Amino acid sequence: MKTAEEAIKTEAAVSPELGIRLYRQMVRIRLFEEQVNELYMRALMPGLAHLYIGEEAIAVGLCEALKKTDYITSTHRGHGHCLAKGAEPDRMFAELLGKEAGYCRGKGGSMHIADPATGNLGANAIVCGSAGIATGAALTAKRLKQDNVSVCFFGEGALGQGVLYEVMNLATLFKLPVIYVCENNFYTEYTHYTETTAGDILTRGTAFGVHSESVDGQDVRAVYAAANRLVSRARRGEGPAFLVANTYRYTGHHVGDINREYYRSKQEEQEWKTKRDPIKNMGEWLVSQKITDAAALKKIEDEVRQEMKAAVEFAIAAPYPSVEEVDQDVYA
Amino acid sequence: MPETAQRELTFAQAIREALAEEMWRDPRVCIFGEDVAEAGTPFKVLSGLVEEFGAERVLDTPISEQGFTGMGVGAAMTGLRPVVDIMFGDFLTLTMDQLVNQAAKVHYMSGGTWKVPMVLRTTLGATRRSAAQHSQSLHAWLCHVPGLKVAMPSTPYDAKGLLKTAIRDDNPVIFFEDKMMYKQKGRVPAEDYTIPFGVADVKREGEDITLVATSSMVDVALGAAKLLEGIGVSAEVIDPRTMWPLDEKTLVESAKKTSRAIVIDEGYGRYGVTGEVASVIAEGAFFNLEAPVKRMGAMHVPIPFSPPLEDVTVPTEQTVFEAARKLCGKA
Repeated sequence: MKTAEEAIKTEAAVSPELGIRLYRQMVRIRLFEEQVNELYMRALMPGLAHLYIGEEAIAVGLCEALKKTDYITSTHRGHGHCLAKGAEPDRMFAELLGKEAGYCRGKGGSMHIADPATGNLGANAIVCGSAGIATGAALTAKRLKQDNVSVCFFGEGALGQGVLYEVMNLATLFKLPVIYVCENNFYTEYTHYTETTAGDILTRGTAFGVHSESVDGQDVRAVYAAANRLVSRARRGEGPAFLVANTYRYTGHHVGDINREYYRSKQEEQEWKTKRDPIKNMGEWLVSQKITDAAALKKIEDEVRQEMKAAVEFAIAAPYPSVEEVDQDVYA
Repeated sequence: MPETAQRELTFAQAIREALAEEMWRDPRVCIFGEDVAEAGTPFKVLSGLVEEFGAERVLDTPISEQGFTGMGVGAAMTGLRPVVDIMFGDFLTLTMDQLVNQAAKVHYMSGGTWKVPMVLRTTLGATRRSAAQHSQSLHAWLCHVPGLKVAMPSTPYDAKGLLKTAIRDDNPVIFFEDKMMYKQKGRVPAEDYTIPFGVADVKREGEDITLVATSSMVDVALGAAKLLEGIGVSAEVIDPRTMWPLDEKTLVESAKKTSRAIVIDEGYGRYGVTGEVASVIAEGAFFNLEAPVKRMGAMHVPIPFSPPLEDVTVPTEQTVFEAARKLCGKA
């Protein structure tokens, strides 16, 4: 297994505009998630919340390389993917609160946000549950010659599920435009991945003839560069890819997972937060390249904070679905 | 009557014809599964389709039931209309997450925004000497899950019409074919026709007892009805054709008329299809019933290999006849 430090570093040709956009998109995800945490702590949000804080560079780097009509599938830790693919925070918060205005009319919740308009085939609460769906979407793209690619996000916990290897085999046999993205945040719920994952991660792809690469998941420019490369080759009809991005989940498995010292140290958390933070590092890079300055970055943060505040207010004020909705949409 | 109206096809030919007609009608329809192309499946149901439609639309897959069923779900969501082939119904166990957690729930969980127009064809039925892992009838498992539809044709005519409806349906449909019926012949019109879901078919009219039967048990019930005729009992045989949606009205009306009912299905009786149908009849026809509704299903054992053992695990004309005679008080 390549560690993040050893991962292929690719300096992307990032224009100033794109650099700012990558930064802003990461800030949007982080501040969205901070609001989720707050909603949860204030007991305004029912159910579970799995935060993406710390992993923002992966969703943003990947989705910025995609078209609107490209497909993604997401996970229980999926808010970042949905936002990065174009979902609006107000309707996302509404879904998280079970409101009618939500993306799934309140029937899906945090772990099931789906949106055809942005190519989001749905977040999935079965670990690796969407690997087949993402592969099938790639089959459609190929069969109907649609020029779309499909990106399947999953955590390293999904490496334990057999279906992943079934679809990698299928994707190579049928040369499908699908990219399997493993976000290795090191912890499969409450267990370090080395206790659950034998052998090498990257060769799980190469064994099936899937083009495989690893990337530093904390470096949004590197992720973007890798994504561009893999998306282009998929669009050219060169088949599937497997991207392993090492990253870190700053918070617990879910918001209720507060005392974590039995499975990881505070010192380890602190090191990632201070030295490897994707937003901080991208901000510093933008300043060092004289693309922007600290004041402008602060302005972005303030704007996003306002955006998220308004979105939360919208969701809190939005009505619940009427109970007559309960048996609607079971069948099409 | 046009000549084609009297044409006879086997059950397998009827399935194949429905698929071919739908593939001509709609270029989005495609087939995938194990040995579906050149081999045309071990039962030869799909013979010739790959030659007719090409390997792009009739895809041989590896032995990865979960993987290619999941691929079917994603393909269906994004614009194809896949017909997934699961060779033996016993292998449904391997597809359950894709069917139960994914296909069945996508439309509801997404607030009605994504659809899964997928058909999964598979088999059921014992007495093929295939032992415990190739002989089960597990359709009740799927009937249990909201979001899925379940069709079980009992004749070549119904097979063609129901399969066309399944392919045109915007929901995931699980289509069960009894592997012992593939060679059975019946009248199948050459023209295009569909059979609506949720409409039971009265296969034989009668006055004294209702025999509700599914799939290959319909023939068993019809055979029993003939035997019953010999002792002066007039049996009505009804085939629900789809287990979900279920035509409760026709079942209840028949039981009200005859006042007695037996439900016959090749799945296990306990917590099964027969329990559900018997309960529908008991609730709907309670005040007209002269006897408790009786259920007949597979014996509660893994299907054994040895022929004399296997043969006693499923209802037969004789056992249904005996049960009906007893229920009608004709000792």
